[in-house]
Amino acid sequence: MRRIKSVKDLEKWEEDILSKQTRHEMIISVCGGTGCQAYGCQKVKGAFQKELTQRGMRERVTLKVTGCPGFCEKGPLVTIYPQNIFYQKVKPEDVREIISETIQNGRTVEHLLYEDPIANRRIVSAADIPFYRSQMRLLLGQNDLIDPTHIEDYVAVVGYQSLAEALFKMKPTEIIEEIKTSGLRGRGGAGYPTGKKWEDCKKEPGDIKYVICNCDEGDPGAFMDRALMEGNPHSVLEGMLIGAYAIGANQGFIYVRHEYPLAHKNAEIAIQQARKAGLLGENILDSGFDFDVEIAKGGGAFVCGESTALIASIEGRVGEPRSKQVRTVKHGLWGKPTTLNNVETWANVPLIIEKGSKWFSSIGTEKSKGTKIFSLVGQVKNTGLVEVPMGITLKEIIFDIGGGQQNGRKIKAVQTGGPSGGCIPASLLHLPVDFDSLTQAGSMMGSGGMIVMDEGTCMVDVAKYFVHFLQEESCGKCLPCREGLKRMGEILDRITEGKGNDEDLSLLEELAEVVADTSLCGLGKTAPNPVLSAVRYFRPEFEAHIHQKRCPAGVCTPLIQYSIGEDCTGCGACAKVCPTKAIEGDKKQTHHILVELCSKCGSCKDVCKVNAVMVQ
Amino acid sequence: MDLKSVDLIVDKYQEKRTALISILHDVQDRYKYLSDDALRMVASRLRMDINEIYGVATFYKSFTLVPQGKHSITLCLGTACHVRGGPKILRELKGLLHIEPGHTSADRQFSLNVVNCLGVCAIGPVMMVDRKFYGEMNSIRAKRIIEKLNNKRSGARP
Repeated sequence: MRRIKSVKDLEKWEEDILSKQTRHEMIISVCGGTGCQAYGCQKVKGAFQKELTQRGMRERVTLKVTGCPGFCEKGPLVTIYPQNIFYQKVKPEDVREIISETIQNGRTVEHLLYEDPIANRRIVSAADIPFYRSQMRLLLGQNDLIDPTHIEDYVAVVGYQSLAEALFKMKPTEIIEEIKTSGLRGRGGAGYPTGKKWEDCKKEPGDIKYVICNCDEGDPGAFMDRALMEGNPHSVLEGMLIGAYAIGANQGFIYVRHEYPLAHKNAEIAIQQARKAGLLGENILDSGFDFDVEIAKGGGAFVCGESTALIASIEGRVGEPRSKQVRTVKHGLWGKPTTLNNVETWANVPLIIEKGSKWFSSIGTEKSKGTKIFSLVGQVKNTGLVEVPMGITLKEIIFDIGGGQQNGRKIKAVQTGGPSGGCIPASLLHLPVDFDSLTQAGSMMGSGGMIVMDEGTCMVDVAKYFVHFLQEESCGKCLPCREGLKRMGEILDRITEGKGNDEDLSLLEELAEVVADTSLCGLGKTAPNPVLSAVRYFRPEFEAHIHQKRCPAGVCTPLIQYSIGEDCTGCGACAKVCPTKAIEGDKKQTHHILVELCSKCGSCKDVCKVNAVMVQ
Repeated sequence: MDLKSVDLIVDKYQEKRTALISILHDVQDRYKYLSDDALRMVASRLRMDINEIYGVATFYKSFTLVPQGKHSITLCLGTACHVRGGPKILRELKGLLHIEPGHTSADRQFSLNVVNCLGVCAIGPVMMVDRKFYGEMNSIRAKRIIEKLNNKRSGARP
């Protein structure tokens, strides 16, 4: 790898990479994200490698493993450039066909194209697929083009040019001003203005300051930071470099959660390559600016997503938050002024420097600028990562991009904001998604998790799930969070077991209020949101559990019973899987369930091909 | 237990106390769990109180103080996996392995763990078996995976 000592070197490098790239006729890019790995993309890549070598095509065709393009559900994903042919659910045995048809003869392989379920037609390019059509993929778009383990790929898409611009054409104060005017707000959930944070940190006296990238994405259901860190780590590094230069920091840390091994690995490779290229280290691009980055690994504690807990964890201590009366920009890592931003926030910085704050602020709403990446998951047809301008409605995301309901059951609610957010009912899906609108509805945009729930989801069970989640993740330092959540959990346990009484709901609401008002950190302060929003919008469901001892969604095991209806064809599949031998019936005759033996595991319902197993 | 590797790991991090979490991760990767001896060694090398080391080792969920089974089964119970039937799979796994999450089977073959989110939500419910991800799980597929691992051990044909 060459060492880049000046802006000229960087430009020359980009030129050389681009001229080398045009020599290759075609690019086969295979998604190597964690989702596609689960579907076996490594084998697909291996098959391509073997086939290309056997046919002596390695010189003409580039095989690339990229980051996540977002449409995880259809993985493994393969895109062929320059024609932009998008193949989905590719198996190793499809590889030969792709090479002989598409690579050698320029024809598309019909059965691997995405099929539009409404129009019933096959779609060639990703941009025309409804899932992608309404998206604005400013950040994620680069994932499709870049092999994250090759710094050259990032340099080829004007990577590190924003850093050069910032170092040589802008003063630190001008950079901060630019970020302030862009209106960029923290993508981790709180939405604090990034430029303001930088400015406050810069103002603090002292020579030693730090920048931190928060990649401890703990909100269940959110994985955009993982996709960015895995797929385009250099964009995050470039953002950190620019930020560090602006506030006057020479050392940065990336805190990666333990559950993201690939993000950790790719960030490590990116740091090493940037160091070798001279883009990290001393006297970067001959500007006199020194900066380096280290990775700190998390330990599986949700609370470490909170800034002060995260800092404690980097320092090698137990991740307990402290009171934020003194902010981290003043007293952060090892007591020094520290700027902490989340992965997506950092990744936006090079874009703003490249295209200008005016351009950036033209996207989004009045108070929420730019795009936001959401992870659209749960009971919705198209699941994956979705990047849209802020201000788009929940309905557009769930129906236009997500394709609506998944199993023929009506969509009931969408959970946003992770354990700090809440459940928004289907009647409010016209709400725009930005930093402020969802808060009024009792939830929040948060870090961007969007879990769609249909009629098969019990809202009492969801509330219980979040309370238990938070109770387990509470660090235990302050009493309201530690004890309050435990008691709230007990009340919800009682209700879902059919032992709830008339006072439970008001007690729950009262407790929730106390926990929210008196907890020390964000975890406890927002912990009651999932419960309060569920009670607010789905009270009848709670009441059915309490008064009629019934779970309308058929989820809470003590309140349900399985039975087999007339549609039963007598295939015997259910009897075969039943672990307690509770199903009887002759071949080709309607089967029935022996209630006293049934363990309510639901296996029979899972295997029944004619949907004859009912829950009441 | 041969603790030479613990020494080398602490050397690698230049005895830095701030690297404690990374050190513990490396020790666990090497020995599959954090033994009392290993923790005492880390404490003496970093000149830290053993209580403090235990505090960190027990606070973070990624660390385990008991030996792990040959196969590690990790079930994701994040929100997306939860609404798509994660708890049902957990019930199945508990029944099959006769253990609660966080425990190892008596024959030391399986360790069962649950996590709050593996970040592969789009293809949930997700299960990780020996570091390999499996998407779109259900109780029947989970059962098949366990049976396959069991058969492998007994040499029976799957």
